[in-house]
Amino acid sequence: MFLTLFGLILAIAVVCFYVGRNRAVAVSGANFSALHSLPSYHGWWLILMAAGPAFAVLVLWSIISPYVLRPLMLSQFAPQLAEFSAAQLDGFWRDIQAIAGGGTPGVRDAFREEAATAYQSVNRMSLTGMIALMLLLGAGGFYFAWNAIAVHFRARHKVEAAINVFLAASATVAILTTVGIVMSLLFESLRFFSMVNPIDFLFGTTWTPQQMAFRPDQVGGTAAFGFIPLLTGTLLITFIAMMVAAPLGILAAIYLSDYASPQVRAVGKPILELLAGIPTVVYGFFAALTVAPFIRNSGQAMGLDVSSESALAAGVVMGIMIVPFVSSLSDDVINAVPQSLRDGSAGLGATKSETIRRVVLPAALPGIVSALVLAVSRAMGETMIVVMAAGMAANLTINPLEAVTTITVQIGTLLTGDQEFDSPKTLAAFGLGLSLFVITLSLNLVALRVVNKYREQYD
Amino acid sequence: MNSLPTFETTAATSAVPTAALRPKITGRNVNVYYGEKHAIKDVNVDIPERSVMAFIGPSGCGKSTFLRCINRMNDTISVCRVTGDIRIDEKDIYDRSLDVVQLRARVGMVFQKPNPFPKSIYENVAYGPRIHGLVKSKAELDEIVETALKKASLWNEAKDRLNESGTGLSGGQQQRLCIARAIAVSPEVILMDEPCSALDPIATAKIEELIDELKQNFTIVIVTHSMQQAARVSQRTAFFHLGILVEEGTTDQIFTNPVDTRTRDYITGRFG
Repeated sequence: MFLTLFGLILAIAVVCFYVGRNRAVAVSGANFSALHSLPSYHGWWLILMAAGPAFAVLVLWSIISPYVLRPLMLSQFAPQLAEFSAAQLDGFWRDIQAIAGGGTPGVRDAFREEAATAYQSVNRMSLTGMIALMLLLGAGGFYFAWNAIAVHFRARHKVEAAINVFLAASATVAILTTVGIVMSLLFESLRFFSMVNPIDFLFGTTWTPQQMAFRPDQVGGTAAFGFIPLLTGTLLITFIAMMVAAPLGILAAIYLSDYASPQVRAVGKPILELLAGIPTVVYGFFAALTVAPFIRNSGQAMGLDVSSESALAAGVVMGIMIVPFVSSLSDDVINAVPQSLRDGSAGLGATKSETIRRVVLPAALPGIVSALVLAVSRAMGETMIVVMAAGMAANLTINPLEAVTTITVQIGTLLTGDQEFDSPKTLAAFGLGLSLFVITLSLNLVALRVVNKYREQYD
Repeated sequence: MNSLPTFETTAATSAVPTAALRPKITGRNVNVYYGEKHAIKDVNVDIPERSVMAFIGPSGCGKSTFLRCINRMNDTISVCRVTGDIRIDEKDIYDRSLDVVQLRARVGMVFQKPNPFPKSIYENVAYGPRIHGLVKSKAELDEIVETALKKASLWNEAKDRLNESGTGLSGGQQQRLCIARAIAVSPEVILMDEPCSALDPIATAKIEELIDELKQNFTIVIVTHSMQQAARVSQRTAFFHLGILVEEGTTDQIFTNPVDTRTRDYITGRFG
C-alpha cells in the first residue's frame, strides 16, 4: 500500500512539474525574460506545494499509525487479553496483522480471526482517512501554488528555502541517530549498573559472566563482572598493534611521499591501500593459522612458554591491518607540507632525512597524530582477529605470549545465542560498550588537545 | 622615445672598481635542460666577490634557473640537467667529489616567498648551525643567533619574542628572518630569488638596505623583476633573455649605456 501510494505521488509530482512550468510560460506570455524565476523553478514550486504535504502525511501516518492502532486493538479485546504476558501480546499483535494481511500467523484461532477482522476494518478506516487527508492537502497546495505563479513570483527563492530545509533535515537525522545510539547505550548501561555495582565492574579483576545460571533452576557458579582483565587485554593488544603500525605506517608514508620516484609511488600507494580492503576475518585466519603457530614455535625454540593463542599474534596482525590507515593519512599530510619549507631546509645544507626529521615531520605532526588516533580507535574496535588469534579467556596479564580477550570480543560473546535480555549477563555488553565508547572518545579529545598545543602551524 | 630612463644607482657602484675584485663565481658554457626544454644556453659569467650582482630579464628568461644552479638546488628536480662549468673559488661545484650539502652551507639561499620554518624565531636561526654542528654550547649558539639576527637587522624587533613562532612575523620580518637563517651558517655567497616580490615597499626598502650592508661580508647574487631594485642594490647587472645572457656589465653601464638593443628595449620598458 505504501509503495503504491508513493509511486502515485511520484507520478503526480512529475505531472505537477510540467504543469507548473507550462503555467509559468503561459503567464509570461512567451516572454521568458520577464519572469523572475526560470519556468522550471515554478515546476518545482508546484511539486513542493502539491506533492510535498501529501508525501509528509504518507510517511508520518505510516510511522505513527501502528502506535495508535495497537493500543486501540488491545483495549478493544482487553478482557480476553488480561492473562497475556508482554511477549504474548507481541505475538497476538503479529498474528492479527498476519491474518489481516494474508501472511502466516503463529496461531490461528477464532478469537484471533475475530480480532483480525476488527483490525482490518480499523485499518481500512485509517487508510481512508489518510488518503482523504493527502488528497485534501495536495489539492489545497496545488490550488494555492497554481494561483501564486505569476511573472514576479519568486519561485527560485522558495525552492532555495526548501532545499535548505531538506539539507537541514538530513543533517538532523544523522545527528539524532548518533544521539539515539549514545542514549540507548546509556540507558541499557544504567540498567546493568543497577544490577551490578559500578565499582565492582570498573575495578574487579575477574570476568566470568558465563558462569551465571541461565535459568533459576540451573546450578550456576558465581558470575563476576570485573572489567579490568578486558581493559588490560584491549590495551595490550592495541599497544602491540600500534607498535607495529605506527613505525611501519609512518616510515612507509615518508618513503612514499619524499623518497619514492613517481612511478614507485603510483604503484606502491594503491597496493598499500589494498591492505585496508582485506576483510578482517581473513586477517583473522592469517593470524590464527600462520602467525600464532609461528610465534609459538619460535617461542618454544627459545625456551619460552607460549600459548597457541596469544596477544602477540593478534596484535601483530592487527598492526599490519591498520598500517594503511596510518600510512595513507600520514602520506597525505606529509605531502601537504609546502615544498618551500623543504627547499628552505635544503638551501641551508640539510640532508633529506634531516629536513624530514626536523622540518617536515614537526609540521605534519597534527595530521600524523590524528592518523594514529584513528588507528587506535580502529584497533580497539577490532573483534574478529582477536576472537581467532587471542582467544576468549579473560586472563589478567600483560604478558603478550598469553591468551587474552578484549572488550569487543566479550560484547560479541555476550550477545550471541539465545539470551534473556534482562539478565546482567546480557546487559553487561552495554556496560562494556559504554566503557569502550568513553575510552575512545576521551582518547580523541586528549589527542585533539595535544595536537592543538604542539602544532607547528605553517600557512 | 629611445632615451633611457634615469635610474638612481648607489654611490658604491661607481666607487668600487669592479675589475679589481676577483671573481668568486665563474660560469663557463653553462647549459640547463628541463627534459627537452633548453632553459639556459651557453651562459658565461663572472661574479665578483663581496659585491651584489643582479640578474634581470623578463619572466621565463632563465635567471632563476641559473641562480639555482649556483647552489645546485636544481638537483631536486629530476628532469633537470646541467652541463658546463660552474666554479666557486676555482673549484668545480658539479665535481663528483663535491658534497652538495657542504656546498649549500657555503652558498645560502633566500627564496621568493618568505618560508620560515614553523618553529620559534630562535629555532629558525639555530637550525643551520645545529645541523652543521657549528656550535659546542648553548651560549655559543645564542651568540650566533644574536649576531645573525643583528646582521639581518631583525634583532631589535625580535629580541623579546625569540620563542614565538617565526610564522607569526610580518612578511618583511619573515624574509629578514630567512636572511638571518642563511647568514647563521656563515656562507660565502647568498643567492636571493626575487626576495622582495611578496613584500610591501617599506619592507622592500629595509631588505634593500640590508643587502647593501651584507655585501661587505658576502657575495650576493639577486634575481629581481624590478629594474629600480637592480639599479639601487647591485654593482653589476646581467640581463637574461630567452635563456641567453644578453649583456653583463656594471650596473651603471647597463642602465645608462646598454650595448645590446634587447637590453635597451627591456630597460626602457619596450617588453617584459
